[in-house]
Amino acid sequence: MSSTGELRHTALDALHRSLGATMTDFAGWDMPLRYGSERDEHTAVRTKAGLFDLSHMGEITVTGPQAAALLDYALVGNIGGVKPGRARYTMICRADGGILDDLIVYRLGETEYMVVANASNAQVVLDALTERAAGFDAEVRDDRDAYALIAVQGPESPGILASLTDADLDGLKYYAGLPGTVAGVPALIARTGYTGEDGFELFVKPEHAVELWQALTKAGEGAGLVPCGLSCRDTLRLEAGMPLYGHELTTSLTPFDAGLGRVVKFEKEGDFVGRAALREAAENANHEPPRVLVGLIAEGRRVPRAGYAVVAEGKVIGEVTSGAPSPTLGKPIAMAYVDAMYSAPGTAGVGVDIRGSHEPYEVVALPFYKRQK
Amino acid sequence: MSNPQQLRYSKEHEWLSAAEDGVSTVGITEHAANALGDVVFVQLPEVGDSVSAGETCGELESTKSVSDLYSPVSGEVTEVNEDVVNDPSLVNSAPFEGGWLFKVRVTDEPGDLLSADEYTAFSAG
Repeated sequence: MSSTGELRHTALDALHRSLGATMTDFAGWDMPLRYGSERDEHTAVRTKAGLFDLSHMGEITVTGPQAAALLDYALVGNIGGVKPGRARYTMICRADGGILDDLIVYRLGETEYMVVANASNAQVVLDALTERAAGFDAEVRDDRDAYALIAVQGPESPGILASLTDADLDGLKYYAGLPGTVAGVPALIARTGYTGEDGFELFVKPEHAVELWQALTKAGEGAGLVPCGLSCRDTLRLEAGMPLYGHELTTSLTPFDAGLGRVVKFEKEGDFVGRAALREAAENANHEPPRVLVGLIAEGRRVPRAGYAVVAEGKVIGEVTSGAPSPTLGKPIAMAYVDAMYSAPGTAGVGVDIRGSHEPYEVVALPFYKRQK
Repeated sequence: MSNPQQLRYSKEHEWLSAAEDGVSTVGITEHAANALGDVVFVQLPEVGDSVSAGETCGELESTKSVSDLYSPVSGEVTEVNEDVVNDPSLVNSAPFEGGWLFKVRVTDEPGDLLSADEYTAFSAG
């Protein structure tokens, strides 16, 4: 993504540069792409641990007696049903059902939520929530500058974090978050991530970010923790079959088109933005499925990229949304939307048009990688 | 990083060795390899192919992107590096040595190839 304006810098910017990071413009932020080899960083997260600066993510706080009611109206999930201390993966849609963003919502207290949006959509989400808040006794607050976000991901991450906090990490389940202290720094400790591994996301004040990063680096020294950039974050989430906004999710798709209809909770009380259109999309998905999101694994070594055509029987039957060489599988992989009749795992004769040459690909169910628990 | 003095360089970030018996070796620079990130696939011309200075003759794929490989000179390909085809990470680990790409019997070379110092200044800019 290119940007003509000044890039924004996270609180860890000088640290990234001192580590020799290759930086990239991501949604207007100057972010680490990689520090050394992105494949080594990927492997570290799968086998040991990785440290990420995710301060570009957009935090929005929603408070007030009707905070839950507002979010139940504004988002497609059952947010009132989330217990304090827990988190939920959800989406915000337009009235026509198109996806504006996918979100993680943390319920911090009875009347306080933190909504975490993608950097590229943070303003859109903030504007939509603010507009949808009309008539609700709730306040929507832009907290993008109030937090730095540092993630520790990988099988060694619980041990590394445990050495720096008294918080009850064993009692902290996947998709839960609790306030605590890490390395002397107040933090919201969340067991969430975008890598397919166990791990934590730590929301702290920006002025504490460097101190926390350094403490984690030191604590992880013996466990193989390495700093990781956005390049490996992308291959990690791709292997884990997790969608990325702008690739698998767009305003022209509903959650049902994306195979994520389960996030839409029609049974919740009251109306919500997109309900009627999503009801229709749900019915269509049942009897006349649109294109289906599948995994593709290359038989050769050429790498499919977003936008490449998926072909079968000499015609275009779909489009790649994300593709990369998979460090874990050792082969190129992709996510793609394909016509339903070609979406069954093992469908023969499916290929990807890689700059004019049709390379054979195997259709598989997502995800490509699932960690052993 | 330092660019070997005995090589010459193109603005497309290839290097070219001094000819021995009319044959020069071609690779991509460390600067280019770093910009690409981990190279996972290389497609090279075939032995016997004619290549033209400044024109594409293969491609290099990294995690994030695919880039064309340009020939810095015109001539006939006499050898390709099968090691790098089998292990593309050689481009990253040894761009000026084990990560060389192909050898070419030079028939013509453009006048604008850069010296090591010129290329260092060019790639820093």
